[in-house]
Amino acid sequence: MPERPASGQPAYGPGDLVVTYRHDPPHHTRLPRYARGKLGVVVEPEGRAPLADANARGRGDAPVEMIYAVRFAARELWGEGDHDVVLDLSESYLRKADDDGVR
Amino acid sequence: MSGEHDDALISRQVRLLESLLEEKGLVGGETVDEVVDGFLANASPVNGARAVARAWTDPAYKERLLADGAAAVGELGFAAGGVQKQRLRVAENTQTVHNVVVCTLCSCYPLRLLGPSPGWYKSEAYRSRVVRDPRGVLAEFGVTLPDEVRVTVWDSSAETRYMVLPRRPEGTDGLSEAELARLVTRNGLIGTAVL
Repeated sequence: MPERPASGQPAYGPGDLVVTYRHDPPHHTRLPRYARGKLGVVVEPEGRAPLADANARGRGDAPVEMIYAVRFAARELWGEGDHDVVLDLSESYLRKADDDGVR
Repeated sequence: MSGEHDDALISRQVRLLESLLEEKGLVGGETVDEVVDGFLANASPVNGARAVARAWTDPAYKERLLADGAAAVGELGFAAGGVQKQRLRVAENTQTVHNVVVCTLCSCYPLRLLGPSPGWYKSEAYRSRVVRDPRGVLAEFGVTLPDEVRVTVWDSSAETRYMVLPRRPEGTDGLSEAELARLVTRNGLIGTAVL
């Protein structure tokens, strides 16, 4: 895959609370259904990559986005459990959570 | 849409794409074979095991492996990715943390370091259950963790690949790096075994 120019600082840093998008897109995406509309904690920014959602539709102009490792508590994902799940998520899958962590 | 995967369809698409590339003279069939053969010939859990044994015996190497897995396995002559360069995160098991790797969307896997993935890794049962009930799944692999151990499941759904750094077994102080490497199993590198 050709490198595309990337710029700008990561929007989120370690420890930031983020919420994933909730809708079900009609195209390929790398946000699994079980992690939609969920509150997580950013582990760290991991580097930039073309947005898979656009790439998978054959678009040559996929935006290059920062990908973040985001940690979710099992209780948040499933309503039970004592483990964590970490996912790698593109910046546009995320928005900042309110300060009190409420979605 | 993320759950639709039909192997037969993908195989047909790959064959079609390959013949189109050849027709247009962009790539020869031999080139494709060479790349695939070279890739598979060098793919083995022996590679991941060597990185683990080095980390167990060399604290500075372990630090580098945890900080930048791709660079650290590169020191041993292994590529983290395939044709593309890939980020590798090595997750360390400790007395209080156990890591396990899955790809819920398909079957992403650090093939060069772990060899071809086992059938169960690609099964819907493993992929859907391990993110929800890792302790239950691990129990089926014969792994029972103390309650105070926190389990982290790494879902490799994007560009990064994952490998677990297992805990060094007790009573192995006298072993050489090569002997230690032989103790490391593929499942230990996925997190579905403790050594």
